Amino acid sequence: MTSVIELEQLSVTFGRRPILRSLNGELNGRAIGLLGPNGAGKTTLIHTLLGFHPPTSGTARIFGQDITHDAKQVRAAVGYMPERDSFIAKMSCVHFVRLMAELSGIPAKHALERAHEALFYVGLGEARYRPVDSYSLGMKQLAKLAQAIVHGPKLIILDEPTNGLDPPTRSRMISLVRQIRDGGRARILLSSHLLRDVEECCDEILVLKDGYLAANCNLDEERKANRKFIELETRGGDRAAFVEAIGGLGCEYALSGERRVKLIMQETVEISDLYRLALEHGVQIRRLNFKRDSLEDIFLKAMENGNAPMNGRSNDGGL
Amino acid sequence: MAVYEHLYGAYEGESHTAWSRFLVIPRYALREVFKSKLLTTIFILCFIYPLIAAILVYLHHNANALALLQINVRELLPIDASFFRTFLEVQGSFAFILTVLVAPPLISRDLANNALPLYLCRPLSRTEYVLGKMAVVVFLLSMMTWVPGLLIFFFQASLGGLAWLWANLWMIWAIFVGSMMWIILLSLLALAISSIVKWRVVASGALLGLFFVPSAFGEIVNQLFLTRSGHLISLWATMNSIWRGLFGLFVRQTGAVRGRVSNPIYDGQSVDIVLLEPPLWVSWLIIALVCAVCVWLLARKVRAYEVIK
Repeated sequence: MTSVIELEQLSVTFGRRPILRSLNGELNGRAIGLLGPNGAGKTTLIHTLLGFHPPTSGTARIFGQDITHDAKQVRAAVGYMPERDSFIAKMSCVHFVRLMAELSGIPAKHALERAHEALFYVGLGEARYRPVDSYSLGMKQLAKLAQAIVHGPKLIILDEPTNGLDPPTRSRMISLVRQIRDGGRARILLSSHLLRDVEECCDEILVLKDGYLAANCNLDEERKANRKFIELETRGGDRAAFVEAIGGLGCEYALSGERRVKLIMQETVEISDLYRLALEHGVQIRRLNFKRDSLEDIFLKAMENGNAPMNGRSNDGGL
Repeated sequence: MAVYEHLYGAYEGESHTAWSRFLVIPRYALREVFKSKLLTTIFILCFIYPLIAAILVYLHHNANALALLQINVRELLPIDASFFRTFLEVQGSFAFILTVLVAPPLISRDLANNALPLYLCRPLSRTEYVLGKMAVVVFLLSMMTWVPGLLIFFFQASLGGLAWLWANLWMIWAIFVGSMMWIILLSLLALAISSIVKWRVVASGALLGLFFVPSAFGEIVNQLFLTRSGHLISLWATMNSIWRGLFGLFVRQTGAVRGRVSNPIYDGQSVDIVLLEPPLWVSWLIIALVCAVCVWLLARKVRAYEVIK
């Protein structure tokens, strides 16, 4: 299957200042998070993928198409929501989104239909005849999302989509992104410095630091890999017999304090088995935690790793 | 992606042909232009002179009308190269006014609202974007210069007969090329200024200044030094020379000064100076250079994001 994004020794230099340094890797997630501190090169990477900046060396491919040689085909398959306020002045939102659809190649009649649909989809249906310049910040963000999806792109690039949004609007934006991701008709590349946004939406992450690729890992696999470490908090019943029974299933365990049990699950053991044993021994399971690396842990490890260039993917937490 | 479903869906219908995609830009821009009553009124006023010219052509060939108005045909302007050059000059002035009103916000508004990334992240190149914006000016100015010019020419040809048409066929070229030169110069200048200046009023002022300040300065140079070299910095004069050249009316010597002159440079001196216009090829070269600088500026400034190196 063709990768969503392939980076092949991609370097970008502005003047004498290198911004992206020999990036390599393949990104295949349904929603890919692009993380990094300010100035790491996230936005430059997005702009390079869109053909705004030419690569100094190397190249990248989106769905197998080269960003330099097949720039128009690439851009036809991509929807882009820029970070900054971007709109066309003195135009109602529906006309703005329609214009964007037409520029993407949709004939005028269908473009109007799609513009209405996109605006209803993002929740601006009632305000679609108002000029975009009269919108609040949250509404402008939603209008930018509408113009990015109006032509039904295969890849949607979102640059800091939740910037400056109040909590309800942020959660609406996140839920829209997740809906699109779960619909499976478009892949998402989400750039953000908010780890929470990325954690909520993405299944793969790319961490940049000073233009280098600091980490590239699949969060789903990471979560699965860490599923085997479990911490239980129990109350009542025959705790000693309960943990012995867990041991009987082949799981290693350790007692921590009077109520906590840490254990390593075997491949063959399911969570339901733990509840069954707890019931048999009259033990209440008050809390069950998967002890896994949070995105914050992954990010911090990547940042601590220094500027060592990293090629390919790492899933083992040794980022 | 249906409204009632509220679901995201890909578009699977037909698409525009890629080459015609840039024409979406002038379609939307022209709709905005004609939303303004002021601009629509000015655009309509621009057709008054072509109407007068058409009436003149008609009167030349209608003895009854002349008799009714008690006008002798010799009192009317002759329908010749000079007639069409004057037509181009008058319509060229209206074209300039319309450009000052319409063109400056074309790119500057997009720059001010960061709209360029939205255009350029689509299958549309920077060249196509500029061509799309230029098409707005080219369409409007064409409608008031070479289109009515050629209509009047063919009107005259239909009334004057085949002999007149064959004798003056070359004027089709002169009308079209003369108009297009002016249109291209105006649109490139206006768009280049629009790409540098984000404020509409300043951009309009800069365009006006670019035509009037050097012209005034050139006239001062001409008067002080008793020369015509001041025309080299005046776009009006340069374009006029080209029009005269195209219509076969260009003459290099446009005056002479003999005897005592009272001006600050030749104060009271006796001079014998022949006033020569700059050669025609120099005028073409100046216009080509100005256009090249505008294209260079547009190539530098029309970018999704400006990179500060």
